[in-house]
Amino acid sequence: MTYDVLIAGGGNAALCAAISAAKGGASVCIVEAAPKAWRGGNTRHTRNCRLAHDEGNGILTGPYPVEEYMEDLMRVTKGVTDEELAALTLERSKEVWDFLAENGVHFQPSLGGTLSLGRTNAFFMGGGRSMLNALYRTAEDLGVVVYYDAAVTGLEIEDGFFLAADVTHGWDGDSPKADRIEARAFVAAAGGFEANIEWLTEAWGPAAQNFLIRGTPYNTGGLLRLLMDAGVQTTGEPDQCHAVAVDGRAPKFDGGIVTRLDCVPFGVVLNADAKRFYDEGEDFWPKRYAIWGRLVAAQPDQVGHVIIDAKSFDLFMPSVFPPETANTLEELATKIGLDPEQMRQTVDTFNAACVPGAFDHTVHDECHTEGLEPPKSHWARPISEPPFYAYTLRPGITFTYMGVKVNRDARVVMENGTVSPNLFAAGEIMAGNILGQGYLAGIGMTIGSVFGRIAGTEAARHVRN
Amino acid sequence: MNREEVARQMAVCNACRYCEGLCAVFPAMELRRTFAAGDVDYLSNLCHNCGACYHDCQYAPPHEFAINVPKAMADLREDTYATYAWPAAAQHLFQRNGFVIALSLVLAVAAFIAGFVAVSDPAALFASGTEAGAFYRVMPHNMMVVIFGGAFLFAILSIAIGVTRFWRAAGPMPVTLRSLWRAAKDAGKLRYLDGGGMGCMNENEHPNDKRRLYHHLTFYGFLLCFASTSTGTLFHYVLDWQAPYPWWTPVKIFGVLGGIGLVAGPIGLMIEKRNRLQVLKSEDQGFGAAFLWILLLLGLSGLVLTAFRATPAMGLLLALHLGVVFAFFVTMPYGKFVHGIYRFAALMRHAHEQFAEHGEQVPPPKQPLPRQPAE
Ligand SMILES: Cc1cc2nc3c(=O)[nH]c(=O)nc-3n(C[C@H](O)[C@H](O)[C@H](O)COP(=O)(O)OP(=O)(O)OC[C@H]3O[C@@H](n4cnc5c(N)ncnc54)[C@H](O)[C@@H]3O)c2cc1C
Ligand code: SF4
Ligand code: SF4
Repeated sequence: MTYDVLIAGGGNAALCAAISAAKGGASVCIVEAAPKAWRGGNTRHTRNCRLAHDEGNGILTGPYPVEEYMEDLMRVTKGVTDEELAALTLERSKEVWDFLAENGVHFQPSLGGTLSLGRTNAFFMGGGRSMLNALYRTAEDLGVVVYYDAAVTGLEIEDGFFLAADVTHGWDGDSPKADRIEARAFVAAAGGFEANIEWLTEAWGPAAQNFLIRGTPYNTGGLLRLLMDAGVQTTGEPDQCHAVAVDGRAPKFDGGIVTRLDCVPFGVVLNADAKRFYDEGEDFWPKRYAIWGRLVAAQPDQVGHVIIDAKSFDLFMPSVFPPETANTLEELATKIGLDPEQMRQTVDTFNAACVPGAFDHTVHDECHTEGLEPPKSHWARPISEPPFYAYTLRPGITFTYMGVKVNRDARVVMENGTVSPNLFAAGEIMAGNILGQGYLAGIGMTIGSVFGRIAGTEAARHVRN
Repeated sequence: MNREEVARQMAVCNACRYCEGLCAVFPAMELRRTFAAGDVDYLSNLCHNCGACYHDCQYAPPHEFAINVPKAMADLREDTYATYAWPAAAQHLFQRNGFVIALSLVLAVAAFIAGFVAVSDPAALFASGTEAGAFYRVMPHNMMVVIFGGAFLFAILSIAIGVTRFWRAAGPMPVTLRSLWRAAKDAGKLRYLDGGGMGCMNENEHPNDKRRLYHHLTFYGFLLCFASTSTGTLFHYVLDWQAPYPWWTPVKIFGVLGGIGLVAGPIGLMIEKRNRLQVLKSEDQGFGAAFLWILLLLGLSGLVLTAFRATPAMGLLLALHLGVVFAFFVTMPYGKFVHGIYRFAALMRHAHEQFAEHGEQVPPPKQPLPRQPAE
């Protein structure tokens, strides 16, 4: 089988590349490792995309200039980014709304409870899966061939020049069937390696066994490994990733957005020894959300327990799993497997340190602790009104950052510094070029859309010449 | 069972909210943290079954959360009609609705023909009818009024009691002109059958607007037929002008256009129903299909009667048409007909809730808290 452009992956980056390449006149084939029902990798779990724009448009509530976007990115990455590629991404993010809309994606105002993103982020009507359905429809209309349940399991690359790929169909089943697909250009859009626990263990140690993977089990980094073996340069550190604290009862894979817990600022968080370990009221939850994955990962057994009482129960987004409930702290401790005496002591000490004040969860209020280590800087109220509730936290990995090095054309850079003429990469698999560390809500999709479009367009141009 | 399933799924949706923009169900869900019986019954009737949220859901089967809102809602919705039906003894009618409809239809028609023969002289049954009053030689007008008026009033009463019970179950809420008007607009346009703007996803993830079109044909066809009957009644009592009427009268024009809608619409809906993606199909007890059949017969028998009223077949065709109308009236409160009434009530509650929560704007502006972080 021969195509002009072969694309590995089935998420946002792959689809943006496929549509752009097909519009550029190329014959395009997508191989997606997942079966159709699970197509779309982590993209199926997303809800929005951060886009620079000079004016609001009725849905985006105001302008978000490239400069401001750049400041935000610099703040979260602490400067660990390829500035040239970052500038390119943010500049070209301006085109993404129109591109997606043209290809059937609908947008809506920010979701309930995410007002803070109404200006900067474009929300997909119906979420990431709806967005993907639209892109797949468009791609199919453009004649793009899509194989599901088909993974790239081998690459023929000579001196950085892509020749062909081995594609295994039904690789998950009993009778896998391998095919060699030749193409004149190849786009790697197969995500990160967050679903590969072994690989995570190399970077994180045994703690990684207790991580929950928030997205697809298909992003195992197989293609990234093949590219590394073929002499492609990597960028980013293997332990850099987006990780949050999620409900400990979440499924091992694909728990997605609903396992998020927003109750941390309203209570105390205890580790397996029933002791507090970090300031729960440091800042508004959206700003602190993404640090708690790492915090919990550093605790014994990689577990944390949020304890709240009756007066806080209605203040945060509903959780997908009901909390453990008890009328006394001791009873609650027994239910969640903590030492009742130690938990009582920790809570009593916390309660005694709370300075009375006016509670207001919409501002940095004056409710804080005094003489307590670690402190709770805001929203600190004694945990005293039964019933008491407990949620268990575990580290949840969203996606990994280490990936292949690319240039402005989304062309892959080889270890010796040369640039491959016909090997391209887009999305999570090259996100580390822009995200050395930290995270900015909605930038994952931006990187995939911008580089997916560039990769597709450049691949088609390469094929034409 | 169906209630618990809807409550379970709504708890997942409430933590997710990605479908917020698709229809009325999700904003209504967001106003609640727990989902009691009256709440889920209400939400299920707010769902228009467009299918979009199934295809858009990252938790749809084979995911272990097994979220399939359209199906869960449809299953429960069908329960609610029986739950609130009056008299309670009639609730089981919903379980064998297709059968009940067919049976009452046949019985009614048979009774009519027998009645005609007995009441008028048997010869009149086979006379053609073009001059004024011809219909009423077959069946005296007053008798028609008593039988149909009676059946109709009973149906209205029964439905009114049912929907009142349904309304109260979701908690006290006033009926205001503003919410009434809003619901009328939303129902009239089938605003929420469009999957948030892309269209209804019936067969697969490719949206289209066919179900909306067919529903419009059916609904407006039905209204036109109703208008035809109403103007006929006015002609009779106010103008003292007896049926049959010439083609150019509103009675006829409404009737013929409505009849066409009532034939084309249900046929289209039947096709769409058959083509529906298997996993979205509800455990339908068959009353959806039965209702479409009776609407189709209603339209068809009316059109045929108009076409052949100048022939000796008039008497029999009239008997058939009236039989269908009668069966329609009798089964109205115990079949799919009530879905429109319950849906309307749900839309009205929704409008009122949203006005109360967010003021004029729908979709509502979002309250700043609780805050949800994003990735
Ligand atoms: C719960 C959750 C919520 C998120 N929310 C947001 C958000 O709101 N906004 C945002 O910007 N980002 C969000 N992200 C991050 C975002 O999902 C990613 O940045 C983005 O989807 C990456 O797109 P991609 O196309 O590179 O990878 P993916 O969408 O993950 O696609 C990778 C694809 O490659 C396939 N694949 C893997 N290996 C192979 C192989 N060997 N051969 C062939 N195919 C292969 C996989 O099956 C998959 O389809 C979220 C992530 C998660 C987990
Ligand atoms: S149907 Fe699925 S995607 Fe939509 S709100 Fe519910 S859980 Fe979320
Ligand atoms: S109307 Fe459509 S989007 Fe809304 S709940 Fe029903 S099926 Fe889902």
